[in-house]
Amino acid sequence: MDLMKILLIAILVNNIVLMRFIALCSYIGMTSDLGQSVGMGFAVTFVTVLATAATWPIYNFVLLPLNLTFLKILVFILVIASLVQLVEFYLKKNIPGLYAAMGIYLPLITTNCAILAVTFENIDNHYSFIQSIVYAIGVSLGYLLAMILLAGVRDRIKTSPVPKFLQGTPILFIASSLLGVAFMGFSGLIK
Amino acid sequence: MKNLWKVFKQGIIFENPLLMLMIGLCSALAVTSNVSNGIGMGLAMTFVLLFSEIFISLFRKAIPNSVRLPIFIIIIAAFTTMVDLVMKAYFPELSKSMGVFIPLIVVNCIIMGRVEAFASKQKIMPAIFDSLGMGLGYTWVLVGIAAFREILGNGTVAGIQVMPQSYQPILFFILPPGGFLVFGLFISLNIWLKDRMKKSAAAKENA
Repeated sequence: MDLMKILLIAILVNNIVLMRFIALCSYIGMTSDLGQSVGMGFAVTFVTVLATAATWPIYNFVLLPLNLTFLKILVFILVIASLVQLVEFYLKKNIPGLYAAMGIYLPLITTNCAILAVTFENIDNHYSFIQSIVYAIGVSLGYLLAMILLAGVRDRIKTSPVPKFLQGTPILFIASSLLGVAFMGFSGLIK
Repeated sequence: MKNLWKVFKQGIIFENPLLMLMIGLCSALAVTSNVSNGIGMGLAMTFVLLFSEIFISLFRKAIPNSVRLPIFIIIIAAFTTMVDLVMKAYFPELSKSMGVFIPLIVVNCIIMGRVEAFASKQKIMPAIFDSLGMGLGYTWVLVGIAAFREILGNGTVAGIQVMPQSYQPILFFILPPGGFLVFGLFISLNIWLKDRMKKSAAAKENA
Protein backbone atom coordinates (compact mmCIF):
# COMPACT_ATOMS: atom_id res chain seq x y z
CA MET A 1 0.00 0.00 0.00
CA ASP A 2 2.78 2.36 0.99
CA LEU A 3 4.70 1.59 -2.21
CA MET A 4 1.58 2.08 -4.30
CA LYS A 5 1.12 5.48 -2.69
CA ILE A 6 4.69 6.53 -3.46
CA LEU A 7 4.25 5.41 -7.06
CA LEU A 8 0.96 7.24 -7.63
CA ILE A 9 2.12 10.44 -5.96
CA ALA A 10 5.26 10.45 -8.08
CA ILE A 11 3.41 9.86 -11.36
CA LEU A 12 0.30 11.99 -10.98
CA VAL A 13 0.09 14.20 -7.91
CA ASN A 14 3.65 15.52 -7.93
CA ASN A 15 4.34 15.05 -11.62
CA ILE A 16 7.98 15.93 -12.02
CA VAL A 17 7.56 18.10 -15.09
CA LEU A 18 4.14 19.68 -14.81
CA MET A 19 3.99 20.19 -11.07
CA ARG A 20 7.63 20.56 -10.12
CA PHE A 21 9.31 22.00 -13.22
CA ILE A 22 12.24 19.60 -13.15
CA ALA A 23 13.66 18.44 -16.51
CA LEU A 24 11.98 21.24 -18.41
CA CYS A 25 14.81 21.64 -20.94
CA SER A 26 14.23 18.24 -22.49
CA TYR A 27 10.46 18.61 -22.07
CA ILE A 28 10.47 21.67 -24.32
CA GLY A 29 13.38 20.61 -26.50
CA MET A 30 12.68 16.97 -27.30
CA THR A 31 8.94 16.76 -27.82
CA SER A 32 8.68 17.92 -31.43
CA ASP A 33 7.76 14.39 -32.46
CA LEU A 34 6.09 11.55 -30.63
CA GLY A 35 8.66 8.84 -31.42
CA GLN A 36 11.48 10.96 -30.14
CA SER A 37 9.74 11.85 -26.92
CA VAL A 38 8.88 8.20 -26.22
CA GLY A 39 12.51 7.19 -26.84
CA MET A 40 13.74 9.90 -24.51
CA GLY A 41 11.16 8.92 -21.89
CA PHE A 42 12.24 5.30 -21.83
CA ALA A 43 15.94 6.17 -21.82
CA VAL A 44 15.37 8.41 -18.79
CA THR A 45 13.35 5.69 -17.03
CA PHE A 46 16.12 3.17 -17.58
CA VAL A 47 18.92 5.43 -16.36
CA THR A 48 16.96 6.82 -13.39
CA VAL A 49 16.31 3.34 -12.01
CA LEU A 50 19.93 2.30 -12.57
CA ALA A 51 21.24 5.51 -11.03
CA THR A 52 19.05 5.03 -7.97
CA ALA A 53 20.23 1.45 -7.61
CA ALA A 54 23.83 2.68 -7.75
CA THR A 55 23.70 5.85 -5.65
CA TRP A 56 21.54 4.60 -2.76
CA PRO A 57 24.06 1.94 -1.61
CA ILE A 58 26.98 4.33 -2.17
CA TYR A 59 25.37 6.95 0.05
CA ASN A 60 24.19 4.63 2.79
CA PHE A 61 27.13 2.22 2.93
CA VAL A 62 30.06 4.44 1.99
CA LEU A 63 29.41 8.16 2.45
CA LEU A 64 27.29 7.91 5.60
CA PRO A 65 29.63 5.69 7.68
CA LEU A 66 32.66 7.72 6.59
CA ASN A 67 30.95 11.04 7.42
CA LEU A 68 31.45 12.30 3.88
CA THR A 69 27.84 13.24 3.16
CA PHE A 70 28.86 16.74 2.05
CA LEU A 71 30.46 15.13 -1.00
CA LYS A 72 27.16 13.76 -2.26
CA ILE A 73 26.66 16.26 -5.11
CA LEU A 74 30.12 15.56 -6.48
CA VAL A 75 29.93 11.80 -6.05
CA PHE A 76 26.42 11.42 -7.44
CA ILE A 77 27.08 13.37 -10.60
CA LEU A 78 30.26 11.41 -11.28
CA VAL A 79 28.53 8.09 -10.64
CA ILE A 80 25.68 8.99 -12.97
CA ALA A 81 28.01 10.25 -15.71
CA SER A 82 30.17 7.14 -15.65
CA LEU A 83 27.12 4.90 -15.39
CA VAL A 84 25.65 6.42 -18.54
CA GLN A 85 28.95 5.91 -20.32
CA LEU A 86 29.10 2.26 -19.22
CA VAL A 87 25.53 1.59 -20.28
CA GLU A 88 26.27 3.13 -23.65
CA PHE A 89 29.31 0.89 -24.22
CA TYR A 90 27.45 -2.20 -23.04
CA LEU A 91 24.43 -1.60 -25.25
CA LYS A 92 26.55 -0.78 -28.29
CA LYS A 93 28.46 -4.02 -27.93
CA ASN A 94 25.82 -6.49 -26.78
CA ILE A 95 22.33 -5.22 -27.63
CA PRO A 96 22.70 -3.17 -30.81
CA GLY A 97 18.92 -3.14 -31.38
CA LEU A 98 18.23 -1.34 -28.11
CA TYR A 99 21.24 0.92 -28.67
CA ALA A 100 19.84 2.01 -32.02
CA ALA A 101 16.52 2.83 -30.34
CA MET A 102 17.75 4.89 -27.38
CA GLY A 103 21.52 5.19 -27.72
CA ILE A 104 21.43 8.69 -29.14
CA TYR A 105 19.54 9.94 -26.08
CA LEU A 106 21.97 8.51 -23.56
CA PRO A 107 24.69 11.22 -23.67
CA LEU A 108 21.99 13.88 -23.40
CA ILE A 109 20.57 12.57 -20.17
CA THR A 110 23.76 12.71 -18.15
CA THR A 111 22.75 16.22 -17.26
CA ASN A 112 19.01 15.63 -17.14
CA CYS A 113 17.91 17.21 -13.88
CA ALA A 114 15.27 14.55 -13.24
CA ILE A 115 17.81 11.81 -12.59
CA LEU A 116 19.91 13.81 -10.17
CA ALA A 117 16.81 15.16 -8.45
CA VAL A 118 15.45 11.65 -7.85
CA THR A 119 18.70 10.43 -6.32
CA PHE A 120 18.86 13.44 -3.97
CA GLU A 121 15.23 13.14 -2.95
CA ASN A 122 15.60 9.47 -2.11
CA ILE A 123 18.26 10.50 0.39
CA ASP A 124 16.37 13.54 1.73
CA ASN A 125 13.16 11.53 2.24
CA HIS A 126 15.02 8.69 3.98
CA TYR A 127 13.51 6.09 1.66
CA SER A 128 14.52 2.45 1.97
CA PHE A 129 16.10 0.76 -1.04
CA ILE A 130 12.81 -0.69 -2.32
CA GLN A 131 10.98 2.60 -1.78
CA SER A 132 13.74 4.43 -3.63
CA ILE A 133 13.45 2.17 -6.65
CA VAL A 134 9.66 2.52 -6.69
CA TYR A 135 9.98 6.30 -6.39
CA ALA A 136 12.47 6.32 -9.29
CA ILE A 137 10.08 4.31 -11.46
CA GLY A 138 7.17 6.57 -10.54
CA VAL A 139 8.99 9.80 -11.28
CA SER A 140 10.29 8.60 -14.62
CA LEU A 141 6.88 7.26 -15.66
CA GLY A 142 5.49 10.69 -14.79
CA TYR A 143 8.15 12.21 -17.01
CA LEU A 144 7.28 9.81 -19.84
CA LEU A 145 3.60 10.68 -19.47
CA ALA A 146 4.28 14.42 -19.64
CA MET A 147 6.51 13.99 -22.69
CA ILE A 148 3.86 12.00 -24.54
CA LEU A 149 1.12 14.48 -23.60
CA LEU A 150 3.07 17.49 -24.82
CA ALA A 151 4.14 15.71 -28.03
CA GLY A 152 0.46 15.06 -28.75
CA VAL A 153 -0.52 18.64 -28.01
CA ARG A 154 2.28 19.94 -30.24
CA ASP A 155 0.94 17.89 -33.15
CA ARG A 156 -2.37 19.73 -32.81
CA ILE A 157 -0.72 23.13 -32.35
CA LYS A 158 1.03 22.73 -35.71
CA THR A 159 -2.29 22.94 -37.53
CA SER A 160 -3.95 25.55 -35.31
CA PRO A 161 -4.08 29.29 -35.88
CA VAL A 162 -1.85 30.58 -33.07
CA PRO A 163 -1.66 34.38 -32.49
CA LYS A 164 1.54 35.80 -33.96
CA PHE A 165 3.38 36.64 -30.75
CA LEU A 166 2.53 33.35 -29.09
CA GLN A 167 3.95 31.24 -31.90
CA GLY A 168 6.86 28.96 -31.06
CA THR A 169 7.77 28.52 -27.41
CA PRO A 170 5.23 30.78 -25.66
CA ILE A 171 2.27 28.66 -26.78
CA LEU A 172 4.04 25.53 -25.47
CA PHE A 173 4.25 27.08 -22.02
CA ILE A 174 0.63 28.09 -22.12
CA ALA A 175 -0.38 24.58 -23.22
CA SER A 176 1.74 23.18 -20.36
CA SER A 177 -0.03 25.51 -18.00
CA LEU A 178 -3.37 24.02 -19.05
CA LEU A 179 -1.98 20.50 -18.71
CA GLY A 180 -0.82 21.53 -15.25
CA VAL A 181 -4.30 22.69 -14.31
CA ALA A 182 -5.60 19.25 -15.32
CA PHE A 183 -2.94 17.54 -13.22
CA MET A 184 -3.88 19.65 -10.20
CA GLY A 185 -7.11 17.72 -10.20
CA PHE A 186 -5.15 14.69 -9.04
CA SER A 187 -4.10 16.39 -5.83
CA GLY A 188 -7.23 15.14 -4.09
CA LEU A 189 -6.43 11.57 -5.11
CA ILE A 190 -4.28 10.73 -2.10
CA LYS A 191 -5.14 11.82 1.40
CA MET B 1 37.04 48.07 -21.64
CA LYS B 2 34.41 48.69 -24.27
CA ASN B 3 34.57 45.04 -25.28
CA LEU B 4 34.08 43.92 -21.69
CA TRP B 5 31.03 46.12 -21.37
CA LYS B 6 29.64 44.58 -24.55
CA VAL B 7 30.17 41.06 -23.20
CA PHE B 8 28.39 42.09 -20.01
CA LYS B 9 25.42 43.54 -21.90
CA GLN B 10 25.05 40.44 -24.06
CA GLY B 11 24.08 38.32 -21.07
CA ILE B 12 21.68 40.82 -19.59
CA ILE B 13 19.63 41.53 -22.71
CA PHE B 14 20.60 40.21 -26.12
CA GLU B 15 21.60 36.70 -25.12
CA ASN B 16 19.60 36.51 -21.93
CA PRO B 17 19.89 32.86 -20.90
CA LEU B 18 16.23 32.48 -19.98
CA LEU B 19 14.34 34.57 -22.50
CA MET B 20 16.59 34.21 -25.54
CA LEU B 21 18.62 31.06 -25.20
CA MET B 22 15.86 29.16 -23.32
CA ILE B 23 18.26 27.29 -21.08
CA GLY B 24 18.21 26.75 -17.35
CA LEU B 25 14.45 26.80 -17.27
CA CYS B 26 13.82 24.28 -14.49
CA SER B 27 14.94 26.38 -11.57
CA ALA B 28 13.57 29.57 -13.12
CA LEU B 29 9.99 28.38 -12.88
CA ALA B 30 10.18 26.37 -9.71
CA VAL B 31 11.56 28.95 -7.32
CA THR B 32 9.68 32.00 -8.58
CA SER B 33 6.57 31.68 -6.46
CA ASN B 34 8.02 34.43 -4.26
CA VAL B 35 10.58 37.19 -4.67
CA SER B 36 13.00 36.23 -1.90
CA ASN B 37 13.41 32.74 -3.39
CA GLY B 38 14.03 34.33 -6.77
CA ILE B 39 16.76 36.60 -5.43
CA GLY B 40 18.36 33.76 -3.45
CA MET B 41 18.41 31.44 -6.44
CA GLY B 42 19.72 34.17 -8.75
CA LEU B 43 22.60 35.03 -6.43
CA ALA B 44 23.48 31.37 -5.79
CA MET B 45 23.56 30.78 -9.51
CA THR B 46 25.66 33.90 -10.19
CA PHE B 47 28.17 32.84 -7.54
CA VAL B 48 28.63 29.36 -8.99
CA LEU B 49 28.82 30.72 -12.52
CA LEU B 50 31.37 33.40 -11.59
CA PHE B 51 33.78 31.10 -9.80
CA SER B 52 33.44 28.23 -12.27
CA GLU B 53 34.22 30.58 -15.15
CA ILE B 54 37.18 32.13 -13.32
CA PHE B 55 38.72 28.77 -12.49
CA ILE B 56 38.11 27.21 -15.86
CA SER B 57 39.42 30.26 -17.66
CA LEU B 58 42.56 30.19 -15.48
CA PHE B 59 43.23 26.53 -16.17
CA ARG B 60 42.00 26.48 -19.74
CA LYS B 61 45.45 25.65 -21.11
CA ALA B 62 46.11 22.93 -18.55
CA ILE B 63 42.86 21.01 -19.07
CA PRO B 64 43.24 18.33 -21.77
CA ASN B 65 40.58 18.64 -24.40
CA SER B 66 39.44 15.02 -24.29
CA VAL B 67 38.50 14.99 -20.60
CA ARG B 68 37.34 18.59 -20.30
CA LEU B 69 33.67 17.85 -19.60
CA PRO B 70 34.26 15.69 -16.49
CA ILE B 71 36.71 18.28 -15.20
CA PHE B 72 34.19 21.09 -15.74
CA ILE B 73 31.57 19.07 -13.90
CA ILE B 74 33.85 18.51 -10.92
CA ILE B 75 34.69 22.22 -10.69
CA ILE B 76 31.02 23.21 -10.93
CA ALA B 77 30.01 20.56 -8.40
CA ALA B 78 32.58 21.84 -5.92
CA PHE B 79 31.18 25.38 -6.00
CA THR B 80 27.62 24.12 -5.90
CA THR B 81 28.44 22.15 -2.76
CA MET B 82 29.83 25.32 -1.20
CA VAL B 83 26.68 27.27 -1.97
CA ASP B 84 24.52 24.44 -0.67
CA LEU B 85 26.40 24.25 2.63
CA VAL B 86 26.51 28.03 3.12
CA MET B 87 22.77 28.32 2.43
CA LYS B 88 22.02 25.51 4.87
CA ALA B 89 24.13 27.14 7.57
CA TYR B 90 23.11 30.80 7.25
CA PHE B 91 19.72 30.80 5.50
CA PRO B 92 18.10 27.55 6.64
CA GLU B 93 14.57 28.69 5.78
CA LEU B 94 15.46 29.84 2.27
CA SER B 95 17.41 26.65 1.69
CA LYS B 96 14.48 24.55 2.83
CA SER B 97 11.98 26.29 0.59
CA MET B 98 14.21 25.85 -2.46
CA GLY B 99 14.90 22.23 -1.56
CA VAL B 100 16.45 20.14 -4.27
CA PHE B 101 16.97 23.09 -6.63
CA ILE B 102 20.18 24.26 -4.97
CA PRO B 103 22.04 20.98 -5.62
CA LEU B 104 20.49 20.96 -9.09
CA ILE B 105 22.52 24.07 -9.99
CA VAL B 106 25.24 21.59 -10.88
CA VAL B 107 23.32 20.34 -13.91
CA ASN B 108 21.97 23.75 -14.87
CA CYS B 109 22.55 24.10 -18.60
CA ILE B 110 23.47 27.78 -18.28
CA ILE B 111 26.66 27.04 -16.37
CA MET B 112 27.78 24.13 -18.52
CA GLY B 113 26.90 26.06 -21.65
CA ARG B 114 28.79 29.23 -20.72
CA VAL B 115 31.79 27.35 -19.43
CA GLU B 116 32.04 25.26 -22.57
CA ALA B 117 31.24 28.02 -25.05
CA PHE B 118 32.96 30.96 -23.38
CA ALA B 119 35.26 30.46 -20.39
CA SER B 120 37.22 27.57 -21.86
CA LYS B 121 38.33 29.79 -24.76
CA GLN B 122 38.68 33.26 -23.23
CA LYS B 123 40.97 35.16 -20.91
CA ILE B 124 39.96 35.74 -17.35
CA MET B 125 38.59 39.30 -17.58
CA PRO B 126 36.04 38.60 -20.33
CA ALA B 127 35.08 35.42 -18.45
CA ILE B 128 34.33 37.42 -15.30
CA PHE B 129 32.21 39.92 -17.20
CA ASP B 130 30.42 37.18 -19.11
CA SER B 131 29.53 35.34 -15.93
CA LEU B 132 28.32 38.52 -14.22
CA GLY B 133 26.23 39.45 -17.25
CA MET B 134 24.70 36.01 -17.56
CA GLY B 135 24.17 35.71 -13.81
CA LEU B 136 22.49 39.09 -13.51
CA GLY B 137 20.51 38.45 -16.70
CA TYR B 138 19.23 35.28 -15.09
CA THR B 139 18.55 37.02 -11.77
CA TRP B 140 16.52 39.93 -13.15
CA VAL B 141 14.24 37.68 -15.17
CA LEU B 142 13.79 35.47 -12.12
CA VAL B 143 12.95 38.42 -9.89
CA GLY B 144 10.62 39.86 -12.55
CA ILE B 145 8.65 36.65 -12.87
CA ALA B 146 8.62 36.16 -9.11
CA ALA B 147 7.35 39.71 -8.44
CA PHE B 148 4.57 39.30 -11.01
CA ARG B 149 3.49 35.97 -9.55
CA GLU B 150 3.76 37.01 -5.92
CA ILE B 151 1.86 40.28 -6.32
CA LEU B 152 -1.03 38.66 -8.16
CA GLY B 153 -1.02 35.37 -6.28
CA ASN B 154 -0.41 36.57 -2.75
CA GLY B 155 -0.60 40.37 -2.75
CA THR B 156 2.92 40.69 -1.36
CA VAL B 157 6.51 41.37 -2.48
CA ALA B 158 9.14 39.39 -0.56
CA GLY B 159 6.59 38.90 2.22
CA ILE B 160 5.60 42.59 2.53
CA GLN B 161 1.98 43.44 1.77
CA VAL B 162 1.76 45.78 -1.25
CA MET B 163 -1.78 45.30 -2.49
CA PRO B 164 -4.66 46.84 -0.53
CA GLN B 165 -6.14 44.63 2.18
CA SER B 166 -9.34 44.16 0.20
CA TYR B 167 -7.41 42.53 -2.66
CA GLN B 168 -8.43 38.93 -3.14
CA PRO B 169 -5.26 36.98 -4.12
CA ILE B 170 -5.48 34.93 -7.32
CA LEU B 171 -4.02 31.73 -5.97
CA PHE B 172 -3.56 30.35 -9.49
CA PHE B 173 -0.42 32.45 -10.04
CA ILE B 174 1.63 30.93 -7.25
CA LEU B 175 0.60 27.40 -8.16
CA PRO B 176 2.69 25.49 -10.73
CA PRO B 177 0.41 26.09 -13.77
CA GLY B 178 0.58 29.84 -13.09
CA GLY B 179 4.36 29.63 -13.42
CA PHE B 180 4.07 28.14 -16.89
CA LEU B 181 1.54 30.76 -17.96
CA VAL B 182 3.54 33.75 -16.68
CA PHE B 183 6.74 32.47 -18.24
CA GLY B 184 5.01 31.92 -21.58
CA LEU B 185 3.71 35.49 -21.47
CA PHE B 186 7.18 36.84 -20.60
CA ILE B 187 8.70 35.16 -23.66
CA SER B 188 5.86 36.44 -25.78
CA LEU B 189 6.42 39.99 -24.49
CA ASN B 190 10.09 39.65 -25.31
CA ILE B 191 9.35 38.56 -28.88
CA TRP B 192 6.97 41.51 -29.25
CA LEU B 193 9.61 43.96 -27.98
CA LYS B 194 12.25 42.58 -30.33
CA ASP B 195 9.84 42.81 -33.24
CA ARG B 196 9.05 46.43 -32.40
CA MET B 197 12.71 47.35 -32.07
CA LYS B 198 13.40 45.82 -35.48
CA LYS B 199 10.50 47.68 -37.05
CA SER B 200 11.51 51.05 -35.61
CA ALA B 201 15.10 50.48 -36.76
CA ALA B 202 13.84 49.67 -40.25
CA ALA B 203 11.60 52.79 -40.24
CA LYS B 204 14.60 54.94 -39.30
CA GLU B 205 16.59 53.57 -42.20
CA ASN B 206 13.80 54.29 -44.66
CA ALA B 207 13.25 57.83 -43.44
